[in-house]
Amino acid sequence: MEMTGEFHIPASRERVWEALNDPEILKQCIPGCETIEKVSPTEFTAKVVAKVGPVRASFGGKVNLSDLDPPKGYTISGEGSGGVAGFAKGSAKVDLDEEGAHTTLLKYAVQAHVGGKLAQIGSRLIDATSRKMAADFFERFAGAVAPAPAAEPAPQAAPTPAEPAPEPAEPSPEAAKPKDLRLPPVLWVTGLAAIVGAMLYFFTGRRVTR
Amino acid sequence: MATIGTAVKRREDFRFLTGQGNYTDDINRPRQLYAYILRSPHAHARINGIDISAAARAPGVAAIYTGKDMMADGVGGLPCGWQVHSKDGSPMAEPPHPPLAADRARHVGDPVAVVIAETLEEAREAADLVNVDYAEEPAVADPVEALKPGAPQLFAEAPGNLCYDWHLGDPAAVDAALTAAARVVKLDLVNNRLVPNAMEPRAAIGEYDRATGDYTLFTTSQNPHVIRLLMGAFVLHIPESKLRVVAPDVGGGFGSKIYHYAEEAIVTWAAGKLRRPVKWTAERSESFMSDAHGRDHVTHVELGLDQQAKFVALKVSTIANMGGYLSTFAPCIPTYLYGTLLAGTYTTPVIYVETKAVFTNTVPVDAYRGAGRPEATFLLERIVDLAADEIGMDPAELRRRNFIPTDAYPYQTPVALQYDSGDYGTTLEKALQAADYAGFEARRRDALAHGKLRGIGIATYIEACGLAPSAVVGSLGARAGLYESAAIRVHPTGSVSVLTGSHSHGQGHETTFAQLVADRLGIPAESVEIVHGDTDKIPYGMGTYGSRSLAVGGSAIVKAMDKVVAKGRKIAAHLLEAAEADVEFEDGKFTVAGTDRSKTLGEVALTAYVPHNYPEDLEPGLDETAFYDPKNFTFPSGAHIAEVEIDAETGRTSVVRFTASDDFGRIINPMIVEGQVHGGLAQGIGQALLEGCVYDKETGQLLTGSYNDYAMPRADDLPSFSLSTNTTLCTHNPLGVKGCGEAGAIGAPAAITNALVDALKPLGVHHVDMPATPEKLWRLIQQHRHPLAAD
Repeated sequence: MEMTGEFHIPASRERVWEALNDPEILKQCIPGCETIEKVSPTEFTAKVVAKVGPVRASFGGKVNLSDLDPPKGYTISGEGSGGVAGFAKGSAKVDLDEEGAHTTLLKYAVQAHVGGKLAQIGSRLIDATSRKMAADFFERFAGAVAPAPAAEPAPQAAPTPAEPAPEPAEPSPEAAKPKDLRLPPVLWVTGLAAIVGAMLYFFTGRRVTR
Repeated sequence: MATIGTAVKRREDFRFLTGQGNYTDDINRPRQLYAYILRSPHAHARINGIDISAAARAPGVAAIYTGKDMMADGVGGLPCGWQVHSKDGSPMAEPPHPPLAADRARHVGDPVAVVIAETLEEAREAADLVNVDYAEEPAVADPVEALKPGAPQLFAEAPGNLCYDWHLGDPAAVDAALTAAARVVKLDLVNNRLVPNAMEPRAAIGEYDRATGDYTLFTTSQNPHVIRLLMGAFVLHIPESKLRVVAPDVGGGFGSKIYHYAEEAIVTWAAGKLRRPVKWTAERSESFMSDAHGRDHVTHVELGLDQQAKFVALKVSTIANMGGYLSTFAPCIPTYLYGTLLAGTYTTPVIYVETKAVFTNTVPVDAYRGAGRPEATFLLERIVDLAADEIGMDPAELRRRNFIPTDAYPYQTPVALQYDSGDYGTTLEKALQAADYAGFEARRRDALAHGKLRGIGIATYIEACGLAPSAVVGSLGARAGLYESAAIRVHPTGSVSVLTGSHSHGQGHETTFAQLVADRLGIPAESVEIVHGDTDKIPYGMGTYGSRSLAVGGSAIVKAMDKVVAKGRKIAAHLLEAAEADVEFEDGKFTVAGTDRSKTLGEVALTAYVPHNYPEDLEPGLDETAFYDPKNFTFPSGAHIAEVEIDAETGRTSVVRFTASDDFGRIINPMIVEGQVHGGLAQGIGQALLEGCVYDKETGQLLTGSYNDYAMPRADDLPSFSLSTNTTLCTHNPLGVKGCGEAGAIGAPAAITNALVDALKPLGVHHVDMPATPEKLWRLIQQHRHPLAAD
């Protein structure tokens, strides 16, 4: 399965950046996300309880980062296991473009494979389902990072607590490291949204976890 | 009661049609547990470990077992029932096949663990908590790719993924004849992989009796005694005396329920461990990835013809997919049930065939309706049609020229078989006439006026059925005999139980066998009960497949009846105070020849069980058992003619006429025979037009794993069939019968494909691989109309 898309996010690139590093925001945006953990600078795990109608299922996801080129692009590889339903894995290339002071264009290209029952029962249905899941995620995400009515100050306020340093222009090689830590969720979220979406479809009517 | 040859209605249909059949899943045992089989989602993966701790704590779980648990308990691997040798004399690679994969999963659907719980829902829920640590490895699904250097390897025991490299015939003689031939026609073709799709999914219940130590397995099998032998002796080491296998009503098999499957061993073993019955029923999606598939050949064929269009030599090279493990009879399908059929109905004097059998990361492949013979017929009838096309001869005429003549029997083919009887010319003429072959070109023109490409295609076939003479198959590598047994139990009041080792899973044995017995013993069919499918009731049995039930099982029944009559004659002679030699048996009565003094079978039976006035030295009772081992295969044959119309704009095919003329030997019940032919044709047309099992070439994922993607034929895909028979009797069994179960699936794929190619011939198309889906045909039409268009 291959899927590409882009979203305009009404926030500065820095704000997007920060939000994607904020586990709380991610939890809000990924439907059913219970935990996100950083296992190492390039590895994350998450647990998502996904629900469609009466069907609930628990997925474990694992994500690795590569081809880091902040702030232009990254490749993220992910794997999600849905137990007896099979697995989904894929990679996504993500680009963040600064369109203006308060708009960021996020472009993604996902390649995914599914296996086991997921592949068996509905390879052909994965595209549509994944697309919808990705759209849902970014809609929530855009809402979460968009400036509140008392707009302007927010993005500026955000960086203050921690480290506003790397914001301007070219990051030094050293500065890139902490960035690496932050970017993964972008890709991971995109990939996982697609993966979870794909899996959800197949659970419908099959297993009801309560 | 003369009932042979009568279209008696099937007595079993009442219970089937009113929902009163007793299938394995209908059976529930007290204190029964439910098994859920956890299967590999990967086509090829190392299993680094299986963590069951969370699952074991889940509600209702009684036990979770892995391959290591079974291995530690001494459970053996699933055995293979046929050993094929390679060209160099070495035996085939026969790697282990554990019921639960222990260290490596080799296809999507390979079982890796079983979760057993109080309810099926609890077992399923807990299975989700089993954590299998897989290390995925590269996979190969295509048999041609699997043979290439550098392909992912499945087994250390099978270098290059090669199971065997077998051949039959004289390659030098064939090469010489092809060199000298006036013309050599060549073709590359694929015989598409099929999923069997029996209406009833597989199911199994294992049970253990603590008081006696006896095991019982209820299972969806075509041959319960074979399962008892294989599972008892090789897998679970349970003596036959302690193991009962019951195969009750079974809803279709088509070969896929011959084999001993892992789940049977798992539930039986687990029942012993847990001291409680354990039940498993396949979900439909499990059937797709665990029932043995069929066909999957890639073949190159060359046919040599002389100036008079006589076939002078045939050379065939095939790569056959075995899947991830060897299924029970897999090795013999693309060899002894395939290569030996390549003479077909023709006098081709020299034939050479070689088959490379290959392991791939796919579900195991084994016999499926026709088993080897559809593959042989497809390639033979395609190359014959292509030859007719190349030399510009009517394909019917080319076949006539090469038929084995009726005065040539017994006819020894160059590929080991000896045909006992047949009349292919007359059969073909009957079919041509019924199909109005002569009037076809007018119909083609009419169709074209409506935008339809119409074609007609002929296929003749021969099959080797009535499997099989034990000594012959033994010399070819079978690890079993293929005789059949029957017992005729005449009860004191004259009703009769027939215990047969054949197994009915749709064939209508309860009706046909009752007709046979009623006819011979001269009693009403209602007095005859057919008993099958239970190793505790039936003396022994090899089951039903290869169109063998009537030819072999029916012959055993005849032999047992002969014994009943012989003993009855002794008893009657005593009662009638006549010499035994003077007593005749006819219409259910023992009569002293030339007199009106007689005793009915019932009177004789009562005397046998109440032997107050009885011959000295004769045992009481009237209960006889016989085993029948056939002297040869039987050779049903036929000519099938398909007529199709392709919509040039959409590529959709309509089968507008289908005519079959078959020689099945003597027919007991013509209605049941027609039903068998209808079913076979539906499956054959399904293979030709609709059905194709597809694996992702890179990942080995099963892409056609549901009815969303795997198209089965439906009533509106089929025309009303025109059927007829042209009978020659089998010369070596007591009934003169040949078998009819597989014919439709054997003849139809080639007839349909030949018709499609005939329809597309005006565009310059010379071959179409199956399944000829609308998309495939549409692309072909586009390419040939506009050579640069389409991809």
